[in-house]
Amino acid sequence: MDYLLELFSEEIPARMQKRAGEDLQRLVTNGLVEAGITYESAAVFTTPRRLCLSVCGVLEESPTVREERKGPRVGAPEKAIEGFLRGAGVRREDLVVKADKKGDVYVAEIVKPGRAAAEVISEVVSGVIANFPWPKSMRWGDGPMRWVRPLHSVLSILGKSEEVQVVPLAIDVPVGDSTEGHRFMGAGRFSVTGFEDYEAKLKAAYVMLDPAERADKIWHDATNGAFALGLEVVEDRGLLAEVAGLVEWPVVLMGDIAEDFFDLPPEVLQSSMREHQKFFSVRNPKTGRIEKFITVANRETADSGATILAGNQKVLFARLSDAKFFWENDLRVPLSDMAAKLANVTFHNKLGTQAERVARIAALAREIAIDVKADPALAAQAAEICKADLMSEMVYEFPELQGLMGRYYAEKAGLPQAVANACEQHWQPLGPSDDVPSEPVSVAVALADKIDTLTGFWAIDEKPTGSKDPFALRRAALGVIRLVLENGVRANLAANIEESFLNILAQWANSNWLLVESRHPIHDDSVAYANFYSDHKFVGREVVRKFSNDKTLICAFEPVFNDAHPNLETSQYIPKLTALKLALLAFFHDRLKVYLKDKGIRHDVIDACLNMPGNDDLTLLNKRAEALQAFLNSDDGENLLQGYKRAANILRAEEKKDGVAYEGTPDVKFAEAAEEQALFAALDAAGPKIEAALGAEDIEAAMAALAALRAPIDAFFEGVQVNAENEIVRRNRLCLLNEIREVMHKVAMFSEIGG
Amino acid sequence: MDKPQSFQEIILRLQAYWAGKGCAMLQPYDMEVGAGTFHPATTLRSLGSKPWAAAYVQPCRRPTDGRYGENPNRMQYYYQYQVILKPSPPDLQALYLGSLEAIGIEMDLHDIRFVEDDWESPTLGAWGLGWEVWCDGMEVSQFTYFQQVAGMDCKPVSGELTYGLERLAMYVLGIDHVMDMPFNAPDAPVPLTYGDIFRQTEAEFARWNFDVANTEVLLRHFEEAEAECAAILAQPEVDPKTGKRIIMAHPAYDQAIKASHVFNLLDARGVISVTERQAYIGRVRALTKACAEAFVQTEAGGAA
Repeated sequence: MDYLLELFSEEIPARMQKRAGEDLQRLVTNGLVEAGITYESAAVFTTPRRLCLSVCGVLEESPTVREERKGPRVGAPEKAIEGFLRGAGVRREDLVVKADKKGDVYVAEIVKPGRAAAEVISEVVSGVIANFPWPKSMRWGDGPMRWVRPLHSVLSILGKSEEVQVVPLAIDVPVGDSTEGHRFMGAGRFSVTGFEDYEAKLKAAYVMLDPAERADKIWHDATNGAFALGLEVVEDRGLLAEVAGLVEWPVVLMGDIAEDFFDLPPEVLQSSMREHQKFFSVRNPKTGRIEKFITVANRETADSGATILAGNQKVLFARLSDAKFFWENDLRVPLSDMAAKLANVTFHNKLGTQAERVARIAALAREIAIDVKADPALAAQAAEICKADLMSEMVYEFPELQGLMGRYYAEKAGLPQAVANACEQHWQPLGPSDDVPSEPVSVAVALADKIDTLTGFWAIDEKPTGSKDPFALRRAALGVIRLVLENGVRANLAANIEESFLNILAQWANSNWLLVESRHPIHDDSVAYANFYSDHKFVGREVVRKFSNDKTLICAFEPVFNDAHPNLETSQYIPKLTALKLALLAFFHDRLKVYLKDKGIRHDVIDACLNMPGNDDLTLLNKRAEALQAFLNSDDGENLLQGYKRAANILRAEEKKDGVAYEGTPDVKFAEAAEEQALFAALDAAGPKIEAALGAEDIEAAMAALAALRAPIDAFFEGVQVNAENEIVRRNRLCLLNEIREVMHKVAMFSEIGG
Repeated sequence: MDKPQSFQEIILRLQAYWAGKGCAMLQPYDMEVGAGTFHPATTLRSLGSKPWAAAYVQPCRRPTDGRYGENPNRMQYYYQYQVILKPSPPDLQALYLGSLEAIGIEMDLHDIRFVEDDWESPTLGAWGLGWEVWCDGMEVSQFTYFQQVAGMDCKPVSGELTYGLERLAMYVLGIDHVMDMPFNAPDAPVPLTYGDIFRQTEAEFARWNFDVANTEVLLRHFEEAEAECAAILAQPEVDPKTGKRIIMAHPAYDQAIKASHVFNLLDARGVISVTERQAYIGRVRALTKACAEAFVQTEAGGAA
């Protein structure tokens, strides 16, 4: 049997249709299968007004289930037997007697008869409709039902060839075997007998049921139309899917863009047309300009779409006139003036304005520039204007053009190309699959931007918690990781964080000073402030700089600041520098674990590398983890790890038993066995080699030096009894085991490695 | 149907159409509001259980949209046509499309689309689901099923239709600049354009809104309206003079409307910072919420 379900409603938002179709199929078919109604195949289709599910080869009836239930023994009290009969729902004469270990017992055979498909379908589909997982649903009229928009009718039929029955549903909407076609071109309701009939009658009523078919038709007609004129349609899959979800009967129409607008950046044309009008852009491959547009109407008309096209063209003209107006206005304003306006925009009330943030980013970019081999002056210059376009009229209207417009305006102003590119690229990477900039100036500004964001929110204790990450800090940290690793940047993140934090402190100091002045215009009773500022000559950045040379002063800074500013809100947000650095670094390490895990590095390998010196140099950390994983995958590595674990286990057991730590230096003169002496020699040789290799940051060489330990360690365990009779020899051997641990820990914390 | 000739003819046809569908033809509310939704016939009447059907023109004031009468379609004073039906009838979409036909939009030639647009009014604490209606790519109406108003569930649900009259009329009449649009019949003894009536007032109000309005006075008005609203609602339910139970939801709501408009004026004067903005919106929302809560205690609000 085949089942056909259509939920016919008012217009379903395009962005929800695909997911809704998938949910409908999953929930209904799972429900059927759980109730024993299996099927051969199922397919789902969506249009702006309908969700349709077709299930083929549905089992006519669910199988009968038989179950035996053991009851009381024969001769048990009457009451017990009656109770059993009630519970099992059987009569006395239906019981059979079977032999059991303890003697004869009554056994009831319970039969759950199969249920007709229609009955099960009715139950399952009614439940799915009542609890459908729409992202947002609504009520309408005075009914209690919820759906994405008012639901008008449901087609629900089950049958074989011509024998078709309506499957009734327990919902407050008409259920039957009929539906409607296109809102404007269809001609009233019609009945259907099955999926093929349904699809064909819909097509005759101007509804193309399959969204893939609609998208194909749109793309085919659009590209053909453009090709005939020597043009090409700018590919946009997201838009194609959306437009296919806005129409039941797609009709592609191509219109002109007035030449006045050809000089606008193509992205501006595209954004304007895409966001507001859902138009495709049509490009002239010879000039690279966007010269025409394609709109997709939902119907055919007697004038072949002339009226529709004229209307759309008029709307577009008004939109592009606005865009042109913004572009021309923006070009008249120097970027530095736009940047100055950032002083009026609050970034975060505890972290100051966008202008203050830009100043911090510029200071930090200048420092980071050295690490990434960029010109510090160019990096600072780029940072100073990198957010300026946020104040342009164009970006105000089209926020998705931020960065890109900055690049255009910087180019038009004749700034160095590296600076212009940084305006666009410093936002990147915006996600795990976004491109990572590689030009040094862009890298410097991108890192400074993200590190400032992270340090800032850590400084005011706005860290992400659970699923809440309103400031996208995880994304920022991942951005830093990808910028560093993919460009092989060698930098000390801890130093960058510190620098960034000092910038924030300096800003707080300055703005509080201003705050104090404005709140206490005349000398007032602010003796405490006066003392504080004269004692510490605390007037701004220069002084904090001086403090920064003396870490104890920074730590001492907090209480002094708190005493002096008992009522100032920001003073409570000053965490100690060291704590902040550690916490933020731990956050980076967490994100790095996630990132490296995706790259196939085992989590225990990462753990083994995290607590090693230089762990704020992510490139080195990554290198260490990769080398360690490769080593562990080798035969030597695998065996050496076993040797390490054996040593560690023995040590742990003996240390626990004896209540002492065997951390002394072992002495070769107590070494009795040849294997023992050989291990001494090997460890002595390996130590300096490993240190030299690590000094040269040659992690592979360090691993190779470790590999040389494998044979002597194996031989030692083979030939030597650690727990010797002689206590001196025993202690010496335990210390030797500790030596193995120590030497290996120079390379990585092997204790973290599992398996 | 033949094409209308003027702005007012379009309004008259909408009036005739919705009157024919059984709506009470109300008049504009006699206070400054930012949108037709603020009219108590929508805000308050969408609450409670009593059926309701009304339509009206509502002049709207949005001080920040003033362009001195120079912009082709942006003004600080413009008209909305508002229809509110409670409960929303099952054929509301068809009724709406009928109204487009009534003003001369031929369904056979145009592409009418319902494009997702969920509506939310932070100052009213209201939201609903629906669409913006596109005619050949142009937004001509807002179509909303109210789900909550003043933080309360709408039961039954009202269907709200809002037509931006100037924009719609410009499209139907084929006019590019609003000020050029014929307001009355072009062959009338005294033909008047939209500009003849409003160009000068747009400039006058733009100047006042942006540069002259006394912000200290406005700030005081805001505070006063807020205080008066609270004072009205704090009165005992039973009027000591008549001995009747008279909850003054509407007078209180007038004060909320006033506060909302004063806030819009202050916003246009640029004296409200980004952070303060949210606080002001929250204060207006608190007022409308209190008024709505009072309204549902009244007979019109469905209280027994």
